[in-house]
Amino acid sequence: MRKLLNTLYITQEDYYLSRERDNIVIKQDGKIVNRFPYRIIENIICFSYLGTSPSLVQLCNENNISLSFLTPTGKFCGRFVGMTNGNVLLRREQYRIADDDIRSIEYAKRSLLAKISSSRKYVLRFKRDHSGKIDESLFNNVDKELLKSIELIKQVKDKDSLRGIEGNAANTYFRVFNDFVLVNKDVFQFNGRTKRPPLDCVNAMLSFGYSLLTNECQSALETVGLDSYVGFFHTDRPGRASMALDLVEEFRSYIVDRFVFSLINKKQVSNKHFDIKENGSVFLNDKGRSIFIKEWQNRKHTEVVHPFINEKVKLMLLPYVQAQLMAKAIRDDLPSYPPFMA
Amino acid sequence: MMILVTYDVNTETKQGRKRLRHVANLCVDYGQRVQNSVFECSVVPAEFVELKGKLADIINPELDSIRFYLLGKNWQNRVEQMGNNDSYDPDKDVLLL
Repeated sequence: MRKLLNTLYITQEDYYLSRERDNIVIKQDGKIVNRFPYRIIENIICFSYLGTSPSLVQLCNENNISLSFLTPTGKFCGRFVGMTNGNVLLRREQYRIADDDIRSIEYAKRSLLAKISSSRKYVLRFKRDHSGKIDESLFNNVDKELLKSIELIKQVKDKDSLRGIEGNAANTYFRVFNDFVLVNKDVFQFNGRTKRPPLDCVNAMLSFGYSLLTNECQSALETVGLDSYVGFFHTDRPGRASMALDLVEEFRSYIVDRFVFSLINKKQVSNKHFDIKENGSVFLNDKGRSIFIKEWQNRKHTEVVHPFINEKVKLMLLPYVQAQLMAKAIRDDLPSYPPFMA
Repeated sequence: MMILVTYDVNTETKQGRKRLRHVANLCVDYGQRVQNSVFECSVVPAEFVELKGKLADIINPELDSIRFYLLGKNWQNRVEQMGNNDSYDPDKDVLLL
């Protein structure tokens, strides 16, 4: 199994990244703040505006270090991608599948089954762990409806109905989000999913987490040589990493949702970690963001057993394992794509 | 795996000082300086071989010496620290700046 290397996060707005021999050197006003050998890093995520020197970009490209830029609120701006990895035949086959509704819907169905069943597992697990503190009939209802969606997906024949079922399942699942919050209920009110911009604290954290996760999924896909912009479920749109979004579906609940609610319930975040703008949008502030990233980075190293390959892997290698399985399925080395079933 | 590199380069001559500089630069490429002439490098076996090869090309085997301590994968248990410490753990620490 691949070694999970470290991720470097730059959150200070006046930090500049440059290169000195084999080191990534972080500077502020020309003075060196810190330095790291590139060999221990596989990911650089910049929330700063100053950027990097071209020579560091070159170092990253040559050594397959992914270099991404996000705004301080976590909105994805772009990433540098070096030489494309992998085999052109693999990508051609990927495009053929994407063009073929009958073949691509099989992948989409599998991913969404995994998504809904992992949402459902979280609902059931939460109900079991916190029985007495929550409205059990609501949880039972949601569980039943999610189960129904799973059955519907199995029979679905076209992508539009699939989108409909997925949307319904997501709305059903969101109904228990308020009950996932056990403490500080007045601060962490969830009134439906809002994005661009998020309108409450829960949505602010979900958006930030999904943004980081999408980034991880995109680098995973590109590492195995797939085109992250051509998806099987999400349609093509300029600048949208559709395949990465397809992959994200499998992990939304398992990686991000659980993480966000554990931050809330362990009281690691509170109302002083958020900024509210004039238009009502809510974002994590500097303090909140750094708590989020620190815990996120710790969470990455949790070891889980991957049910399909039956091997212990670190949590953030899961997208990479799935990308590999996806590539195998596309190459026909596997009879069908095995999605991640939590 | 984690390796600890320590060196002693004879600096009596100009060439010696040059060798010292080169050895130090090379170690910075691969790891972090935890003390003067002591480096911790988190490397894969191939990189370790590469590092040794490069160091062998620089030093004068009659005057200088380099030692490698192989701390393995669970190296965190094998290191204790006393006093001032501003080092980072390349495998586990959150590199958040």
